[in-house]
Amino acid sequence: MSDQSAILSPRHIPDRLDGPFKRALKSWETLLLAVAIAIAIANSLASPYFLDPWNLSDATFNFTEKAIIALAMTFVIVTGEIDLSVASIIALASTAMGAAAEAGAGTPLLLLIGLGTGLCCGLFNGFLVARLGLPAIVATIGTMSLYRGIAYVVLGDQVYKNYPADFAVFGQGYAFWIFSIEFVTFLVLALIAGVVLHKTIFGRQVYAVGNNALAASFSGVKVRRIKFIVFLMTGVAAGLASVMLTSRLGSTRPSIAVGWELDAVTMAVLGGVGINGGTGNILGVVIAAFVMGLVTFGLGLLNVPGIVMSIFMGLMLILVIALPLVVQRINNRRR
Amino acid sequence: MNTIRSLLARREALLVLACLLLLVAITARFPAFSTPRNLAGVFNDTSILIMMALGQSAVILTKSIDLSVAANVALTGMTVAMLNHLVPGLPLVVLILIALGMGMLLGAINGFLVWWLDIPAIVVTLGTMTIFRGLAFVESGGAWVNAHEMSPAFLELPRTLILGLPVLSWVGILAIVLAVLLFTRTGVGRAFYATGGNAVAAVYTGIDVGKTRFLAFVLSGTISGLCGYLWVSRYAVAYVDVASGFELDTIAACVIGGVSTIGGVGTVGGVVLGALFLGIIKNALPVIGISPFWQMAISGAIIIAAVVINARGERVKGRIILRRKELPL
Repeated sequence: MSDQSAILSPRHIPDRLDGPFKRALKSWETLLLAVAIAIAIANSLASPYFLDPWNLSDATFNFTEKAIIALAMTFVIVTGEIDLSVASIIALASTAMGAAAEAGAGTPLLLLIGLGTGLCCGLFNGFLVARLGLPAIVATIGTMSLYRGIAYVVLGDQVYKNYPADFAVFGQGYAFWIFSIEFVTFLVLALIAGVVLHKTIFGRQVYAVGNNALAASFSGVKVRRIKFIVFLMTGVAAGLASVMLTSRLGSTRPSIAVGWELDAVTMAVLGGVGINGGTGNILGVVIAAFVMGLVTFGLGLLNVPGIVMSIFMGLMLILVIALPLVVQRINNRRR
Repeated sequence: MNTIRSLLARREALLVLACLLLLVAITARFPAFSTPRNLAGVFNDTSILIMMALGQSAVILTKSIDLSVAANVALTGMTVAMLNHLVPGLPLVVLILIALGMGMLLGAINGFLVWWLDIPAIVVTLGTMTIFRGLAFVESGGAWVNAHEMSPAFLELPRTLILGLPVLSWVGILAIVLAVLLFTRTGVGRAFYATGGNAVAAVYTGIDVGKTRFLAFVLSGTISGLCGYLWVSRYAVAYVDVASGFELDTIAACVIGGVSTIGGVGTVGGVVLGALFLGIIKNALPVIGISPFWQMAISGAIIIAAVVINARGERVKGRIILRRKELPL
């Protein structure tokens, strides 16, 4: 979107780079971490219940499912695309699991069905974007309608709730002490995502595609394949999130997880992933997930209604992106 | 230029054909659907979508997107409804001006962030859509404003018949006429196309790309503000979730109408037809006896089909210019 400024102002090249420590201090992740700590302190001052370990553990349930999607979304956004259909994939996968549970499927099969539905949805998204070359925003707005629409067609105003008792383990179980299975899964996936994005050839190719798809394809990167794979990733991540959410709620309605695509995108963008592709890292997204979790939880303790929280989310999204730009503007003017 | 024009003409012809086929299919089983009176009703029902899709198309033409339009409707609608309830003496003209002004302000906020800070439009409007709707909750406390709390004048206006058509329809028609003039006969309108078509070339032609985007957002916001009043007045109720998800409908109407999300391509006629196509389907579903739960899946499928068709159109254009194998992308 910065077409004009790119033309009118030549790129500023500093005489020498800052040292690694200074750079780390100025980095986006440090800023986010500071925000997270500030919010944590504010929360603990505002409510005496905040620092209770079990309360904190409960707080993780609010954001781990979204954060898992945000991890995959990071890959999609880094390639310069976007997947707005994730929340609808959750609804469709949940509906599929619900129908299977009605038919008497056991927990392992339900897990497979949830992940499989996510995979199929991701396949279709990938087909539309990578194979047919459609712009991701519109294509996934279409599938967003389609997937949730199918859930509505199947369920209407009904509800599935005959899940086997041991299915609850994914969303309600604990791995050890206060660490829920959801939270541990998220941490493990975050680690894997970090390694894949930052330490593998595939990860570098993801950045290459996002920075300059044409140059990437001339350098031998299979652009379409990379794009296809990242959409598969969001699909499967959404399937997994669906398993967890369904298991946590113990029921399925077609309106499940409405608006989550925005939360996942917000997490990624808040985490410093450039929406135009090519920049960002997993650490930032993980911290951003915690920031969002802390804000929601703190406001929840203060009895702030969910929709008012969303104002904070929206403000945070815009402010966190706008503030550094404003500072930069002012600095440039002074120079 | 000729090939592009004929391509677009084909798209509109295609849409007219699709709408007609749809009508014929429905009429075959339910003759009452295609009576002039019912069709006028369908148009009236689609007027708000048409207007907002036109605003959205201006934004999309400049290679941006406005996801906050529906939240804008909810916020302005709630504001004027509450003002009407709390200050019943306030003349309707003032309320409509407030709706327009407030919508314009909300659009200007979006546009300003996109223009001045160069934040991608999708991020800005993703943020403002939650903020606007949240503010609608804050100002109302989650309460509804119901029909009996609104003044008769407030409720009557969109329904008032002029020459057999309700005012709402006339506003829609006026919006179409103004949009045609704006898009094809004014500098700003052409700047919308130039900005989205080739931003670099636009800058060299002396067009301020950022300012043009700003103006597109202001236009989209102002229309949404007006539609905020029209919406709560037409449905005689204002609540926080008014028009929830409607931003997708406006984008769908644009895409079906052949507006390219890459910017710079699209016509008023296409957008109007795209909106009407959606409107006919929405109104026909209950008539045919299909559960309204199907609507979402159907419009999703239509959006995907429309984008596929759009993409094919664009690819043909690329081949003509390059006269070579497509670049591997």
